[in-house]
Amino acid sequence: MKLALFADIHSNLEALTACLDHAAALGAARYAFLGDLVGYGADPVAVLELIESHAARGAIVVLGNHDAAAIGRPVHGMNLQALTAIAWTRKRLPKRQVDFLGALPLSVREDDRLYVHASAAAPERWTYVTGPRQAAQSIGATDASVIFCGHVHEQKLYYTGAGGYPMPFQPVPGTPIPTARHRQWLAIVGSAGQPRDRNTAACYALADLARARITFFRVPYDHGTAAQKIRAAGLPERLARRLERGS
Amino acid sequence: MLAPEPGIEIDGFRLGERMHVGSMASIYRLEGPKGPLPLVMKIPRLGAGERSANVVSFEQCRMVLGALSQSPHYPTLIAYGDVETTPYLVMEYIEGTRLDTWIERAPLAPQETARLGHALALALHEVHRQDVIHLDLKATNVIYRASGEAALIDFGLSCHRHLPDLLAAEFHTPVGNWVYMAPEQIAGERCDPRSDLFALGALLYQLATGKRRRLYRDPPPPRALVAATPPWLQEVILHCLEIDAAARCASAAQAAFDLANPGQVALTERAERASRAGIVKLGRHWLKARNFAPSAPPPPATDVAPLPVIVVAIATHETDEPFFEALRSATRRRVAADGGCRIACITVVPPAAALSDDTPTGRHIKQLVSLRRWAKPLGLPEERLTYHVLESDQPAVALLDYAAVNEVEEILMGPGKEAAQVVAQAPCSVTVVRAAPLS
Repeated sequence: MKLALFADIHSNLEALTACLDHAAALGAARYAFLGDLVGYGADPVAVLELIESHAARGAIVVLGNHDAAAIGRPVHGMNLQALTAIAWTRKRLPKRQVDFLGALPLSVREDDRLYVHASAAAPERWTYVTGPRQAAQSIGATDASVIFCGHVHEQKLYYTGAGGYPMPFQPVPGTPIPTARHRQWLAIVGSAGQPRDRNTAACYALADLARARITFFRVPYDHGTAAQKIRAAGLPERLARRLERGS
Repeated sequence: MLAPEPGIEIDGFRLGERMHVGSMASIYRLEGPKGPLPLVMKIPRLGAGERSANVVSFEQCRMVLGALSQSPHYPTLIAYGDVETTPYLVMEYIEGTRLDTWIERAPLAPQETARLGHALALALHEVHRQDVIHLDLKATNVIYRASGEAALIDFGLSCHRHLPDLLAAEFHTPVGNWVYMAPEQIAGERCDPRSDLFALGALLYQLATGKRRRLYRDPPPPRALVAATPPWLQEVILHCLEIDAAARCASAAQAAFDLANPGQVALTERAERASRAGIVKLGRHWLKARNFAPSAPPPPATDVAPLPVIVVAIATHETDEPFFEALRSATRRRVAADGGCRIACITVVPPAAALSDDTPTGRHIKQLVSLRRWAKPLGLPEERLTYHVLESDQPAVALLDYAAVNEVEEILMGPGKEAAQVVAQAPCSVTVVRAAPLS
């Protein structure tokens, strides 16, 4: 069974639909949305509608810090552009979608897999997994064999080596990586809606659960339209430029 | 798991004779089930008192073999067991002769050393092309099939540049055979395909001289030990054995090309070297070695093709200068697009027996002169150009064979019925060049 994993979609409808189409063409049968569904982009309502319809069909959805902020929960450490976009988003979300976000869990455990937005060590503190030390804390907080997460926008795979300490690996898009179950793995699937590694293509990952393999992908999408919508909505110019430059 | 006894069954595979008991794993012939390929099962030594590295090496082997596409140059992975419960790998049993049987008979005739080396270099190129580095190349890990093709076995220490390197996390000291291990490998570098070229050089050295190289200093040149070693072979061997990876052959494909085309090896000081480095030079080497930093490994194969060979087929009996010029400008464009490529100028002539008007040698030289005349206006440095006169009644077949053996990237040729056959069957791109129409 193939499970498609998306994180940090950030109200980018063009990126999300491109990734969903890509995953469907590769035979994805299940979906997981790893938080930060909204914020930054200009299509929060349409993006949430799409995710709600997947959730109704059994998709896994967890809460991200931007989602928490968008429904009025206190979230620290956001920059001005993020706060501007959150304020803009809040005004547009219908009550049904506010309730949908409000009901989302911080993490979901299913068999030997854990789905969470940031570090599994304390999901509500939104700690970034930026290196082996943070990866060790996240992995140490669970006995799950694989942690799927987002929050950090770049794709990365950590695996426990000798002595249980995590080793970072930079995945190559399109190359399946065997994830043997006797090790622990932490997969940052990368941001679908706001890539920041100077590559405009959207990130996502596809896990083949039966064969214990994970493949990271980069999907080019119509980032010009997504950026144009951000400008038309009067959101900060920098947010539009980020999509055009991928940085 | 301790080494199980022959006769027992694991996941439907019945173990036969135990072929090999190593420090890391045991290998069994499989008696059943019967299938199209003879099979072996490799079972890592696990349990109390065994090294944890055994299981990691097993995982790495499984991962790398699983990622390689099917080829005669390594065993096909058929099945594998779960690492936690019953770890095993079922692979194709490669029938043939191991390289160590030749090593025992060394020194070999230069042609024999070159033939074995050429086949091995092609096998290495096949794995390097797929971003895999073997890193444990030694005589017992190379098997020659009856067809003459070399197959590499035991990928337990290998590295795939697009997959996590599980071994890097496991070993703090380099593992492998010190006779064949490249200096950068000893320094801990695990992602340079040129490390395998060093091991290739060490194996060629052994085949040519019957002696193993020593770790701590440069080996006596092969010609100092076996006077019959031709300069070109010494050149290739010492080129592979350069301390600095950047100074070695650029790729396994290039080493294969040199071994298959002795006449085209660009000879340097290495070819004529008569003795190993003197005490002063050695002292300088040792001083330098204190601060040894390996050359940066080249980017993975998907980014850079290994020094491509471009074939230009030239019918020397023709006198169509506008066409020759068109062929030259196509070649110039190709050279401009890829500064690293080598141009192999080829002409195909009927076998010598078919002609009576000339001596074979005289004819051969005439052809070479024509090829050089064609290539001169290109203005390329000598080491980028090679010239070949192939003898065959079927020019298309000769070109196709040449392209297959030499890992050619592209063929440039004129139109005609030969071109049709080459285009249809070539293992690479083919560009059919026409002269500009006269206006």
